[in-house]
Amino acid sequence: MSFVRAAWLVVRKDVLIEARSREILYTTLFFAVACVLVFAFGFVNEGRPITDAAPGILWIAIAFSGTLALGRAFERERQHETLRALMIAPVDRPALYVGKLAGILLLLAMVEVVIVPLVALLFHAPLFTRPLLLVALLAGGTTGFAAVGTLFAAMLVRARSRDVLLPVLLYPITIPVIIAGVRGTAALLQADVDVPMARAWISMLVLFDVVFIVLALWTFEPLMTE
Amino acid sequence: MRKLFLPLTVVAAGMFMMAPFLIDGAPYESTMGLVQKIFYFHVPSAMTMFVSAFVCGISSAVFLFKGRAAADRLAVAAAELTSVFGIIVLVTGPLWARKAWGVWWVWDERITSTFVLWLIFNAYLLLRKYGGAGSERLAAGLAIFGMANVPFVYWSVNVWRTLHPKTTVVPTLQPGMRGPFWFCVTAFLLLYVLAITARAHLEAERARLEEIYLSIEE
Amino acid sequence: MTNWWPGRAARALVIAAALAFSTPVFALQPPTAAAQDGFVPVSRAAQQETIPAARLVVIAYGFAWVMLLGYLWSIWSRLGKVERELLAVSRRIDAGERRG
Repeated sequence: MSFVRAAWLVVRKDVLIEARSREILYTTLFFAVACVLVFAFGFVNEGRPITDAAPGILWIAIAFSGTLALGRAFERERQHETLRALMIAPVDRPALYVGKLAGILLLLAMVEVVIVPLVALLFHAPLFTRPLLLVALLAGGTTGFAAVGTLFAAMLVRARSRDVLLPVLLYPITIPVIIAGVRGTAALLQADVDVPMARAWISMLVLFDVVFIVLALWTFEPLMTE
Repeated sequence: MRKLFLPLTVVAAGMFMMAPFLIDGAPYESTMGLVQKIFYFHVPSAMTMFVSAFVCGISSAVFLFKGRAAADRLAVAAAELTSVFGIIVLVTGPLWARKAWGVWWVWDERITSTFVLWLIFNAYLLLRKYGGAGSERLAAGLAIFGMANVPFVYWSVNVWRTLHPKTTVVPTLQPGMRGPFWFCVTAFLLLYVLAITARAHLEAERARLEEIYLSIEE
Repeated sequence: MTNWWPGRAARALVIAAALAFSTPVFALQPPTAAAQDGFVPVSRAAQQETIPAARLVVIAYGFAWVMLLGYLWSIWSRLGKVERELLAVSRRIDAGERRG
C-alpha cells in the first residue's frame, strides 16, 4: 500500500468515527469557548478588553483545546486497542503518523473557525484586515503544535499518567509556536499592520513545522516500537 | 575512568576550594562592581548545562536508534545534571540581575531559552519517573525534540530586545578576569565529568540489581 | 521507512528552502548595545550602594555550593543504597545455593 493511501485511510477512519459521535469535536469546541470566556473575565476591565489581550487569548485557547483533542483522540485508540492494530498493519509507520496528524489538524481547523471570530468579536480585535496572513499564521502555528502533539500523544499512549504528562512535555517544546503565533497575530492587530514582522513569524513557523515534522517522521518508528 | 576517578575527584575538590580565592583576587567590573563576580560561577554552570543538554540529546538518539543501554544510562545522568546546573544558573542569574538591572527577571532570549531547556529536561525526568514501563524510550524522544528546540526558542525570543551581556564578553575578557573565569570553567567541566560518570555508574548498578532480582524470580 | 522517504538531494532541497525562507527571522535580530559586549575591569567596587551586592554574591555562591554538594551527596547515598542491596542479594543467593 502506498504511503499516501495508508495515510488517507487513517484520516478517513478518524473522520468517519468522529462524524458518527462528534464527541471530540463538540467537547473540544465547547472547551475552547469556555477558555475564551474565562480569559474574558481575567482581561476585561470596566467593560473594555485590555489592548493586546486578543492574540494571547486566541493562542492559549488553541493550545489548550489542542491538548484536550490530542488526549481524547488517542485515548479512544487506546480504549479500543486500535492503535496496536494500526501498528501491526503492514504499512509504513510514518504514514500512520501523517494520517493521525491530518485528522487532528482537521479538527483544530474546525475549532479555529469558531473561536477566531469569537475572539475578534469579544475583544474588539480587527483580526480580519489581512485574512491571508492570519490564515498562514493559524495554519503554521496549528501544524507545528499538532506535529509535536501527535507524536507525543501517540507515544504516551503506553505511559502511565499520560493525561498530565502530555501538557508537561508538549508546552515547553511548543513555546516557539506560541511566541510566533502571538507575536505574529499582534503584528496584524497594530493600527498600521506590521507586514514584515508577521511574515518573519510565519517563516519561522514554517521552519519549525518542517524541522519538527521531519524529526517526528524520523523518530515515530523507534518510539512506537515496544 | 575507574582508576582516574579518585585522583580527579581530589583535583576537582582542590580546584573548587581554590576558586573563591582566585575570584576574590580578580578585578572589579567598572559598571557592575562586586555583583559581577557572580559571573565566575554563573557562566560556567550555564556552559556545563548546555553541554549536558547536548550530551543527553545525543546519547538519547544513540539509545533510540541503536538500542544501547549504556547510552540510555548516560542520557538519564546528563538529564539530571542539566537540571542541577540549570537551577544554579536560574538562581544565580536573577541575583546578579537584581543588582545590575534592578529587576529579578527579564524575558531575554538567553534567559528564556535556559529556562525552557531546564523545563524540558525536568519534563524528561518526570516522564522517566512517572511514565511507567518503557518510558525511557519516550524520554529519549523528548530529549531529541528538546535539543532541536533550543535554536527556535532562542530566535523567537531574540526578536524582543535584550539586556543580557553578549557571549562576546567571554573572548574579550581582560587578563585579570580571564584566568579565574577559565579556571572555574575547567573546574565545573571536571566536576561534570566526574558527576556524570558516578551517576551513570549508579544507573548501571541499578540495572545489575534489577537483573539479579529478575533471575531470582525465574 | 524506505519507500516513502525522499532522496538525499530532495531532503537537502527542503532544508535549504526552509533556511532561505527563514532569513527574515535572522534579519530581525536586535542591534547590539555597546555596554553588553565586554566587561571593563576597575580596581575597586563602587562605594555607595542602594542594593547590597555582597549579600547577593554570598547567596549566589552559597546556593551554587549547596546545590553541587547536595547533588554529589545524593549520588553517593543512592549508590551506597544500591551497593548494599546488591551485597545483600548476592549473599542471599550464596546462602540459597549452599542450602540447595
